[in-house]
Amino acid sequence: MKDAFGAPQSLLVLGGTSEIGLATARRLIAHRTRTVWLAGRPSPALDAAADDLRGRGAYVQTVAFDALDTASHETVLGKIFTEGDIDMVLLAFGIPGDQERDEEEPLAAVRVAQTNYTGAVSAGLVCAGALQAQGHGSLVVLSSVAGERARRADFIYGSSKAGLDVFTQGLGDALHGTGVHVMVVRPGLVVPNAAAVRAAGGRGAGERGAGGPLATIPFTRTPLVTTPGAVADAIVTGLRRRSETVWVPGALRAVMSALRHVPRPLFRRMPV
Amino acid sequence: MSVDTVSLTGWGRTAPTTALRFRPRSYEEAAATVLGCGPRGSIARGLGRAHGDAAQNAGGSVLDMTALDRVRAIDAASGRVVCDAGVTLHRLRQVMLPLGWFLPVTPGGRYVTVGGAIGSDAHGDNHRAAGSFSRHVVEFALLTADGRVHDVRPGTPLFDATAGGMGLTGVILSATLRFRPVATSLMSVDTERATGLDDLLARMARGGHHAYEYARVDLTARGRATGRAVLVRADHAPVDALPAHARRTPLAVRAARRPAALPLLPGLLGRLSATALNEVGYRSAPRSRTGELQPVPAFFHALDATPHTNRVSATGGLVHYEFLVGHGQEETLRRIVGRIARSRCPSFRAVLRRFGAGGPGWLSFPAPGWNLALDLPAGLPRLARFLDSLDEEVAAAGGRICLTDDSRLRPDALAAMYPRLPEFRALRAELDPNGAFRSDLSRRLSL
Repeated sequence: MKDAFGAPQSLLVLGGTSEIGLATARRLIAHRTRTVWLAGRPSPALDAAADDLRGRGAYVQTVAFDALDTASHETVLGKIFTEGDIDMVLLAFGIPGDQERDEEEPLAAVRVAQTNYTGAVSAGLVCAGALQAQGHGSLVVLSSVAGERARRADFIYGSSKAGLDVFTQGLGDALHGTGVHVMVVRPGLVVPNAAAVRAAGGRGAGERGAGGPLATIPFTRTPLVTTPGAVADAIVTGLRRRSETVWVPGALRAVMSALRHVPRPLFRRMPV
Repeated sequence: MSVDTVSLTGWGRTAPTTALRFRPRSYEEAAATVLGCGPRGSIARGLGRAHGDAAQNAGGSVLDMTALDRVRAIDAASGRVVCDAGVTLHRLRQVMLPLGWFLPVTPGGRYVTVGGAIGSDAHGDNHRAAGSFSRHVVEFALLTADGRVHDVRPGTPLFDATAGGMGLTGVILSATLRFRPVATSLMSVDTERATGLDDLLARMARGGHHAYEYARVDLTARGRATGRAVLVRADHAPVDALPAHARRTPLAVRAARRPAALPLLPGLLGRLSATALNEVGYRSAPRSRTGELQPVPAFFHALDATPHTNRVSATGGLVHYEFLVGHGQEETLRRIVGRIARSRCPSFRAVLRRFGAGGPGWLSFPAPGWNLALDLPAGLPRLARFLDSLDEEVAAAGGRICLTDDSRLRPDALAAMYPRLPEFRALRAELDPNGAFRSDLSRRLSL
């Protein structure tokens, strides 16, 4: 069960090798979390992540999960929920794709869309149903600032996240009052650590993380770049406040509310 | 029997969960609900005044007992009452006070059901003299997981497991209670100010003969004033203490003469307003006054004067932190009060009591020592870690946290605080092998 501060005792991470997912798991283990399920494609990285969390005192189990194999989601995820209550599901899988190549190869673009959107819709609905049946829990979905407005540089990735974002908002409304809390997390550009944040602070740093591609926005100085740790902190705070939407860093909310209203002819010319 | 799906929280409004709410109107309907509950079990719920998650059951059934509210028999000669578990203490007092009988134990809120008062073994300001609620229970009827109804008397394991057992042994259907005789419906109240915690503890340790005693501690005061408080002591006023015109109707139920609580607005729970309200509360109390006559509601239920006080905090709800440490552990109490004062937590209502001998309940909270209860906004940053560290101090001093109002205790800290927990678990395993009685509290703490 979650306590008064929203700290879960059991956690399921979909995308078990996700940097943000693991950073969140580490923080939650420092609070109340004792049981962690890491769902992802079997790999040495997944095992290493599980070992790391075990070293921090949690009981960790890994489970083979493929976002693209939507037919298996009900079986794979349903099995986890039969083992005991899951207080929080973190939907953290997603691929950034490669815009130039994806435009050339529609099949590669479809793969991005299927992983980020179709896979997430399927897994999200399965988890939402299970959470609703147990009468409590949080579903935290990692969206991206890229889903807020289409940009020339990454509209394929952005469109998949936009779909996911709207899906999550709707799911949150559908589950309102059922005891299940749905939270959308919209990180900006996610870079590995603080040093990379400083490096990305300048004009056109050009680095692209899982979270999204703001690096080329000229006024994206350091405050709008973030790290997996900062995203994890924001998730923990959002759980405490039972937030519905979390921007990381928080200043992105203001920046994007302005950018959202820039006319398209002008937006097209902006170096974003 | 009405059935609906509802999202429930405790009085602190944290951690909402959804359950099927049944509202049985007879013992048979209650038994049918318990027998028919699914794999996620059921739990009885009264008026939802406990701050924590003890009367929630995510994904399962909740038995709203408030429709079972008959006072079945009154013996005006001996002060015994037989009533359903859903009767409120408020109603019992209204019925019994004109007959010259008073509730043996009055918890802070009046909207507490008899079942809830037994299940959480409620305590009041007279704990030192009267003990907790279950001491005054002659007998109760308990519906267990197999659908049978047991008549449970003090001195049996089932009584000891159920008194303070948070409803996890079964559903209390009815109870026989013993009331105490009173001559008037007024309280004779003495008030004095203590300038700091040492002064307060010395005053509380000195004075002895009053039935009721508590101190409103200002936890926002720092420095030398840390732990300053208004100490309130009271007794039921004798007839000759009443003014002449009131002596003809000494037991008339009188309303409070003044609004007993400040009307708070949403979002007022901030550090500044907490400091200001505590300052006003302290300064407006008389330095020393004896024998003030107060109607019962004004003395016992200042909080109930304002409806929905639990909605004061705009976001995140309230966390009620209530602990006790034994006599001789005053140093721990001083340290904790000092830490809360230094951390500048906006704590609005902090009450210190001195407890007497504990009851027989295995999970019953009261034990001899000092009991401090305070409310904090759950949205405070870093509050979770801070309270965890206070738990460690409490546990190291052999103290414990009150389960009725808990919403955040670490499961591993529980065993040290309640040494009879293994017996409780064993009895539950035997009585209820399939887990027909479960609550969010029992899941969270593996009770």
